[in-house]
Amino acid sequence: MAEPLLVTRSLRKAFGGIIATDNLSLDVAAGEIHAVIGPNGAGKTTLVNLLSGQLRADAGDVEFDGAAITGLRPAARANLGLARSFQITSIFPDFSVHDNVALAVQARSGHSFRFWRPTRDDQSLRGPAGDVLARVGLEARGDILAGNLAHGEKRQLEIAMALATRPKMLLLDEPMAGMGVEESQRMVELLGELKADYTMLLIEHDMDAVFALADRITVLVYGRDIATGAPADIRADAQVREAYLGTAEVD
Amino acid sequence: MRGFFGKPTTWTTALLLVVFALMPIVAPAVGEAFYVDVFARIMIWSIAAVGLNLILGYGGMVSFGHAAYIGIGGYTVAIFGFHDINNGFIQWPVALAISGVAALVFGAISLRTRGVYFIMITLAFAQMVFFLGVSADKYGSNDGLNIWNRSDFSVGGLDLSIDDNLTFYYVIFALLLLVIYATRRIVNSRFGMVIQGARSNETRLQTVGVPTYLYRLTAFVISGVICGLAGVLQANFEKFVSPDMMDWPRSGELMFMVIMGGMGSLFGPVLGATAFLILSEVLSSITVHWHLIFGPLLILLVLYVRGGLTGLIEGRRGDG
Repeated sequence: MAEPLLVTRSLRKAFGGIIATDNLSLDVAAGEIHAVIGPNGAGKTTLVNLLSGQLRADAGDVEFDGAAITGLRPAARANLGLARSFQITSIFPDFSVHDNVALAVQARSGHSFRFWRPTRDDQSLRGPAGDVLARVGLEARGDILAGNLAHGEKRQLEIAMALATRPKMLLLDEPMAGMGVEESQRMVELLGELKADYTMLLIEHDMDAVFALADRITVLVYGRDIATGAPADIRADAQVREAYLGTAEVD
Repeated sequence: MRGFFGKPTTWTTALLLVVFALMPIVAPAVGEAFYVDVFARIMIWSIAAVGLNLILGYGGMVSFGHAAYIGIGGYTVAIFGFHDINNGFIQWPVALAISGVAALVFGAISLRTRGVYFIMITLAFAQMVFFLGVSADKYGSNDGLNIWNRSDFSVGGLDLSIDDNLTFYYVIFALLLLVIYATRRIVNSRFGMVIQGARSNETRLQTVGVPTYLYRLTAFVISGVICGLAGVLQANFEKFVSPDMMDWPRSGELMFMVIMGGMGSLFGPVLGATAFLILSEVLSSITVHWHLIFGPLLILLVLYVRGGLTGLIEGRRGDG
């Protein structure tokens, strides 16, 4: 297996008495799609927030690309190449689709203390933004106000904004959340294409998608890793079946 | 993004600028010379409103204390004058610098808070400056301070005097245009996109790699300096400063001008300042109880017209 790109060691986060992340050690190898599944409330989104810096861990370490990033703020982590998407769509709703992506491109092209030149004439932003939009299939929607996109398109825009920061790794928090069957299918195809270029940590409830995409799967229950392994092994694991797959809790 | 040149707004803006430009000629001709002063004040408040709009409209930072920077700009000129330093090349840059430093300090602390706390803390800082003015016995305390000479701009043999009211009127007009143009460049620049992105979704902006705090603080400082400039002009125009110019109702009125005109539109604040001052002028000449009419008008506008007067002109209706 390739060198791990992302490593957590004994990561812990509690909200009051509820332990959302319990002594979690996992690693994501460069180039793999590592899925994290688990019932609602298992601490999946908390994990993403700990990795992206939205939340600070109570204990434990996060290493990315060989460097400790445990104490870094979200912006600093993004600049190291760790991009994320949100479970609840997080875009700039009053910007055009194109401006959403252009702003993400801008974020990774040096500081923004530039006060005079209009960004909308700036090919060094517009060009890459257009490329990314084409990659996720939104090239025809660039001029629309992002808030007016259909739900599935907003999810695509989320991915586009993450890609625009030229990341090494994507943290995807339920990219198919709220999508219909067809839209989900298209998202699976997109993520499959992106797999060639990016390492991903994928949180997802859609088991078809998870088993279609993942190289490895970690199962979280109450913040704890109860099993990690190849999809076939996870499917066969008795503990997992009992905790998760066998129940009707899959949404 | 909102366009700056939606058709009806373009015409309104153009018309308003023509009115500004011609007022000193037209008003005396129809025997209402008094309106030249009204419009000079309108333009000065417009500058301040454009400055506040940079953070309020574009940046989503609801500062309830921007009269402080007007006061600081004005008092700097007055205090220099009090000590017989009338040179404008000293007065103006120092006044703008002090406004900027004050905005840097107040902003650095205020911007660590959000929502109502931000509103309250900016108000608190402004009232601090207000009470500083009240307690400055040497500089007139509550009674204020007269300015005997306007800023002196003579270099060598050349005297670029602003003593003449007509000249000064056009200096204010030119500075207003300059401030609007600079704001237009800023909001469309990379910096401006970051400021608007932080208003729209700050968490998202941070997760694509922008440390938003520094940019918001910079915008706060620019905004403070623009209001400082308005204060410098106001002090020179009225030849008088008093703590009243930085009391909290002034901050509220400035906010109203921006909200009334249309937040986040380039000329909205100018429109708002104009409407606000003319309405209060006209209504107060009809009845002493003019606030009873003025207040409900403002409430109706805020309730029912999205985007203030700019929205009204563009035909945007409220959505609840």
